[in-house]
Amino acid sequence: MPGSFDRGLGKTVDWWLVGCYLLLLLIGWLNIYASIHSTEPASIFDWSARSGKQAIWMLTAFALDLLILFVIHPRLWEVLSPYAYIGVFFLLVLVIFVSRDVKGSHSWFELGPVKFQPAEISKITTSLLLAAVMSKPAFRLTNRRHFLWVAAIIGLPMLAILGESETGSALVYVGFIFVLYREGLSGWWLFLMGMAILLFILTLIAPGWVPVAVLLAVCLGYFLQVLRNSRREERVRRRTALTRTVLAFLAGVMVVFATDFVFNNVLQDHQRKRIEVLLGLKEDPAGVGYNVRQSMIAIGSGGFSGKGYLQGTQTTYGFVPEQSTDFIFCTVGEEWGFLGCLAVILLYVFMIWRIITDADKSRESFTRIYGYCLAACLFMHLFINIGMTIGLMPVIGIPLPLLSYGGSSLWAFSVMLFIFISLDRQEKKYF
Amino acid sequence: MEMNRKNRLLFGLVAVAALLLVKLFYIQIINDKYKRDASNNSMVYNYIYPPRGVIYDRNGEILVGNEVCYDIAVTPRDVAPFDTLALAEALGVEADFIRERMAYYRKYRTRIGWQTLTLLKHIPQENYIRFIEESYRFPGFKAEVRSVRQYPFNAGGNLLGYISEVDADFIKNHPDYRSGDYVGKTGLEAAREADLRGVKGYHIYLRDSRNRVQSPYKDGEEDKEAEPGKDVVSTIDAHLQQYGQQLMAGKVGSVVAIEPSTGEILAMVSSPGIDVDVLSDIGKHYGEISRDPRKPMFNRTVMASYPPGSVFKLINGLIGLQEGVLQPSNMYPCNYGFPYGNNRRLGCHGHASPLNLLSAIATSCNGYFCYVFRNILDNKKYKNTAEALDVWREYVQSFGFGRKLGSDFPSELGGNIPTSAFYDKIYGKGAWRFQTVISLSIGQGEIGATPLQIANLAAIMANRGYYYIPHIVKDSDGIEIDPKYKERQYTMVDTTHFHTAVEGMYMAVNGGGSAGGTAFSARIPGLDVCGKTGTAQNPHGKDNSVFICFAPKDNPKIAVAAYVENAGFGATWALPVASLMLEKYLNGEISPERQYMEDRMMTTRFF
Repeated sequence: MPGSFDRGLGKTVDWWLVGCYLLLLLIGWLNIYASIHSTEPASIFDWSARSGKQAIWMLTAFALDLLILFVIHPRLWEVLSPYAYIGVFFLLVLVIFVSRDVKGSHSWFELGPVKFQPAEISKITTSLLLAAVMSKPAFRLTNRRHFLWVAAIIGLPMLAILGESETGSALVYVGFIFVLYREGLSGWWLFLMGMAILLFILTLIAPGWVPVAVLLAVCLGYFLQVLRNSRREERVRRRTALTRTVLAFLAGVMVVFATDFVFNNVLQDHQRKRIEVLLGLKEDPAGVGYNVRQSMIAIGSGGFSGKGYLQGTQTTYGFVPEQSTDFIFCTVGEEWGFLGCLAVILLYVFMIWRIITDADKSRESFTRIYGYCLAACLFMHLFINIGMTIGLMPVIGIPLPLLSYGGSSLWAFSVMLFIFISLDRQEKKYF
Repeated sequence: MEMNRKNRLLFGLVAVAALLLVKLFYIQIINDKYKRDASNNSMVYNYIYPPRGVIYDRNGEILVGNEVCYDIAVTPRDVAPFDTLALAEALGVEADFIRERMAYYRKYRTRIGWQTLTLLKHIPQENYIRFIEESYRFPGFKAEVRSVRQYPFNAGGNLLGYISEVDADFIKNHPDYRSGDYVGKTGLEAAREADLRGVKGYHIYLRDSRNRVQSPYKDGEEDKEAEPGKDVVSTIDAHLQQYGQQLMAGKVGSVVAIEPSTGEILAMVSSPGIDVDVLSDIGKHYGEISRDPRKPMFNRTVMASYPPGSVFKLINGLIGLQEGVLQPSNMYPCNYGFPYGNNRRLGCHGHASPLNLLSAIATSCNGYFCYVFRNILDNKKYKNTAEALDVWREYVQSFGFGRKLGSDFPSELGGNIPTSAFYDKIYGKGAWRFQTVISLSIGQGEIGATPLQIANLAAIMANRGYYYIPHIVKDSDGIEIDPKYKERQYTMVDTTHFHTAVEGMYMAVNGGGSAGGTAFSARIPGLDVCGKTGTAQNPHGKDNSVFICFAPKDNPKIAVAAYVENAGFGATWALPVASLMLEKYLNGEISPERQYMEDRMMTTRFF
C-alpha cells in the first residue's frame, strides 16, 4: 500500500497547532515592542532592545522546532526521559547554590551573556518521564507503589523549584493533577483540592465559623447522598461513607487551623502580602498592590476595542512594571481592548483544546499522557498569568506562554510543543 | 457530548477561560474606574490661569487690575548639586534661606515625592530676569509667572476685598477648586467670585511613571484655553470713595452714599479700613491686621449694629402719620424733655415750645417724639402695647431695618429691631408699657442698625417712600444683575406723609440758626440739602455722631449717611463728613467758604 506508511508533511503535521504557535509568537513580539516603545521609538529590529532580542530568540526557537520535527526521532524522547529528568533535576538543585539572588529567587544560570532557567526545561523532562512511566503496560494508578512513583516524579522538581523561591513555576506542577485525573485518578482528589483552596480562602476572609459551616454542609451532603443511594443491606458501604465523612470533616478542620499557621509561618512575607492584597484584606497601592493596580488600570482603560497599537498611555510610559515579561497581557488589554483579550484567550483555548483532542485520539499512551501534560502546563500558565494581571490570582511571577519576553520560556514552550507535534506526526504517519 | 474525563477537562478549560473573560469584560467595559485612573496616572494637566476679571468703578476707572509677578518653584527630586551662593544671589535672598529650604525638602523627601513646590513668591522682576539667564545652572528650579491684583486707587480696601490661595478646608467644600487656585475671600472679590474667576485652561501632557513629561496628549487636541474672568463694573465712584476715606482718616465709623434713584452705592467707607497695598499681599500683613484692636477687617458699613439715634425720629413720625395718631399740625410741649413718672424725664435741649412736627424734626426735639411714640403704642386700635409694638416693628422693617437688606455685598448683617416677645422675656408678659421702652422714641435702646440701613433711610427720604435694594455691582457687558435690584421697595407709609418729614429735614438744614435747625452747617448754597442729625448714646464712651442727608431736595442725586463713633454731637463730626461728600459729588469741589470744614475733617484724627 504505497503512501500509507509515509504520508506527507501536509497530512501529518497538525498545522493548526503550528499556526496558533506562530500567531501567538507574532502577537507576543508586537506587544513586547509596544511595551518597550516610548515616545522616541526605536526599530522593532533594534537588536539591543527587547523586541530585537526576542526576534533572535524566535529565530533560534524555529531552528529548534525544525530540529525536533525533522531530525530527532520521536522515539528518542521516551528513551532519554529518565536521563534528561535526572540531569535537569540536578541542575534545579545546583542552581540554588550557584546562582545570584534575583529579587529573592535563585533560579537563573548565568554563563556570560547567556542566562537560562532550568525550571522552564524541567516542565518538559517531568512531562516526558511522567508519560514514560505511566504508559508502561503494567502501570496502575491505583497501585500504591506506582502512585508514589508518580507523586515523586512530580513532587521532586516541584520542591526543588520551591527551594529556588520560584513559587509560580512550582504552582504549575499542580496542573499535573489534571493529567492524573485523565489517567484514572479519583475525581475526589480534584474535589478535595478544590475544597482545600476554598477553605483556605474562606478562613482568611471570613469569620472562623464560616469555613467550618461550609465544611459541615459539604460532608453532611455527601453522607446523605450515600444514604439515599444505598440500600439498607449495604451496611459496609454506609459504614465506609460515615467513616469517610468524619475523616473528611476532621481533615477539613485541620486545614482551617493549618491555614493560619501556614499563612503566618510558612509563607514568605511577600507571598503573604500578595495574597492579602488579592483577597482585599489589605490595601497597599504603593507596594505589593502597585503592580496589580497599575496592571488593572492599563487593561481596564483599554475598553472595548483598545487605544490602538502603540497608543497605550499606561503601556508606553511604563506604569506597569515587568511589562514585557510577566505583565505582557496588559499591553494586549490596553492597546487592543476587550476584543484583543478575547482573541488571545480564544487562541490559547483553541490550542489547548486541539492538543487535548489530538492527545486523546492517540493510540500511544506515551503521546496521550505527554499531550495532557503539555495542555496542563499551558493551562496553568494561562490561568495564573492572566488571572494575576486582572486581579483574580495573587501576583505570581510566571510568563504567559509564547507571548512573554524571554528566551528560556520561549525555547521551553517551543520544544515542549514541537515534541508533541512530532509525536503526533509519528502517530499519523502510521495510522 | 459524553461526559467522559476528557470532555470534563475541556469543559473546565472553557469555564476558566469564561471566568477570565467575564472579569475582563467587567474591568474593561462595565467599570469606568480604571479609565479614570488611567488618565490620572498618565496625564499631567498643565494649568493656565486666566487673568482675573478687572473691577471698574461707575465711571470706567480701574479699581482693581492685574499685574504680573514672578514665583520660583522647585521640584526637589530633580535638583542636582548646585551653587547655593549663586542661586541666592540671583534670587536676591540669603544663602541660608536656600540651605534651610533644601534641608527641609531632604527631610521630607518621601512625602514630597515628585511634587513641585513654591520656593519663593513675588520676586522682583530684575531677580526674575537674572534667574532666567542662569537657570541652566539650577536644574529642578523654575520660574513661574503669575498675575496678582493691583490697585490704581487707594480706594475701598474693605469694599473690594482680597483674594488668597485656597486652603485644604476650602477645597474640601469646593471641589472645583484645586490647590494653587486663588479665591475672593471678602468684599467684591468674594461677592463676584464666579464672574471674576474665569475658567482655567490646561494643556495635557503624557507622563511616565516617574512623572517625567513625555509629549503633548493627542497633539493638544484635548487642550483647553483659559477663559479670562469677566470684568465687573461697580457702582462705586472711585474719587468719592477715596475722598470719603480721606475724610474718615483717623476716625472710627462709616460713610455710605447711595444714588436714591437706582439704589447704587456710590461710596462705602469703613474706617479704619485696609489699605489696598496691604490687600495685594494680605498674607504678609494678616497677623498685624487681625491684632489691630480697631479691627480694620471688620466692615462696619454692613456688619456694625449701632443705635441710629435721632435720625430714627423720622421713621416714628412717619408711622404716627400713617397710623393716624399724629397730624402734622399737632402741637406738643417740650420743656427740656419729656416727664414719664417717678420724676423721670427724657431730656431735651432748649428750643421753642410747644412745636409742631415740622419744627420737631428740624430741631430734633426729643419730647415731641416721645408723645408720638406714646400715641403709636397706646393706639386703641390694638389690644395692648405688645401688639402695637409688633405693628410698629413691621413698619420699621418696611424701612429696611431689623433685617438684611439683601444687598449683593457679602457678610451683610441685619441689625436689630426688638419684638414684643423680646420685652416679654425681659420684663414678663404684659409687665411693660410705653414708658418702659421710651428710648425707642428717639432711636435709642434696643435698636441696632447698620450704616448701610441708615444710608438707605436717607435714600427712602429722598425717594419719598421707597428704595431700591442698595447694591454695588452694575449691569455691564458680561454681567446682568439680579432683577430684584431694579424693583422699587415700598415702605408701609404713604408718599403723602413723606412731604412733611422731608420739609422738616429741609428746615433742619436751611431753616437758619434762629429757627433752631440742628443741621444748618450742612447748608450748601444752590443744592437744597435736606438732612437730619443724630447723636446716639453710646454705652461704651462718648456719644456716636450721626448724620443723614440727601440733595437736591427735588429729584435727589445722592443720599449720604455718616456715622462716627465716640465723636459727640452729630452736627460736629458726622455732618461735615456727609455734607462734604455730598458737595464733592454734586459740585466736584468744595466751595471756598466751606473749605475750613474740609481742612478740619482731614486734619482731625481721633487715633
